[in-house]
Amino acid sequence: MARLSIDDLKKIKEKTAKETSLREGRAKIKIMVHMGTCGIAAGARDVMNALMDELAESDRDDIRVVASGCMGMCSSEPNVTVEVDGEEPIIYQKMDANKMRQVFMRHVLKGEVQTDFALAKM
Amino acid sequence: MKELSLHILDVSENGIQAGADRVRIAVEEARPDNRLRIVIEDNGRGISPDLLRNVTDPFYTTRTTRRVGLGLSLLESAARHCNGSMRVDSVEGRGTKVIAEFEYDHIDRAPLGDMTGTLMSLIIGYPEVAFEYVHRVDDCRFEMKTPEIENMFDGRPVTDPDVFQKLRQILTDISGRIQSIKNHPG
Repeated sequence: MARLSIDDLKKIKEKTAKETSLREGRAKIKIMVHMGTCGIAAGARDVMNALMDELAESDRDDIRVVASGCMGMCSSEPNVTVEVDGEEPIIYQKMDANKMRQVFMRHVLKGEVQTDFALAKM
Repeated sequence: MKELSLHILDVSENGIQAGADRVRIAVEEARPDNRLRIVIEDNGRGISPDLLRNVTDPFYTTRTTRRVGLGLSLLESAARHCNGSMRVDSVEGRGTKVIAEFEYDHIDRAPLGDMTGTLMSLIIGYPEVAFEYVHRVDDCRFEMKTPEIENMFDGRPVTDPDVFQKLRQILTDISGRIQSIKNHPG
């Protein structure tokens, strides 16, 4: 086995810190992609995959992405709900990969609600 | 649905909504038999015999329960349009198994499509569920299990960006190899 260098140790430290924060559930922002039959048929999978890419690039450990079922608003699918700690959840409607990237970069990372795509405040 | 992989995403989701924490997805492409079979098995709460009889009737079930709805009827009609069929086996309290068969080279058969996207969506969207994916093309078999992936990363969760990037790489690699088998028959 190769010897550990200082850099390796630093990497291990960073990774462990990241891991612990995930375990302790420090997620401040929850992004929910609704993936019922209606959502999937309307393109929720592409939205989900774009979101995963953005999340990986952002290197943030306080954002949690989850999938959920149909919420009964099938005609406005794909729907995405963004819940920022301490703020009202925002439901976005008729999303696609590009809109998802915009919502992630503006709303999730910078806190600017993208009212153009919003369906409702809950 | 434009791709069979979207049906797979949808039906797997049914099982998870029914409380499953294990989902097994098998895709079997047997070209010598001209058959494509998809099997999705979960350990959710299952479907009662009464409901099972009407499981593919979209109007009977959609609004009475969230267990099933349009999803299975869409898969069934897709299979039937390709000289195939769909069967649902379920034992209450044990789980459900959905088997769909298609004629492989039927002109109306949708492509399998983006299986990597389907699996990544499931794995990231439901990190608490263990997924097993088996893909067979003729005599070649590929397999992936999420608990094993997590073990490879010393138990780090699949939601960790490093882990899911690696996972995506593994899945992309599998689909690339499957594609190359299909391109070079025999």
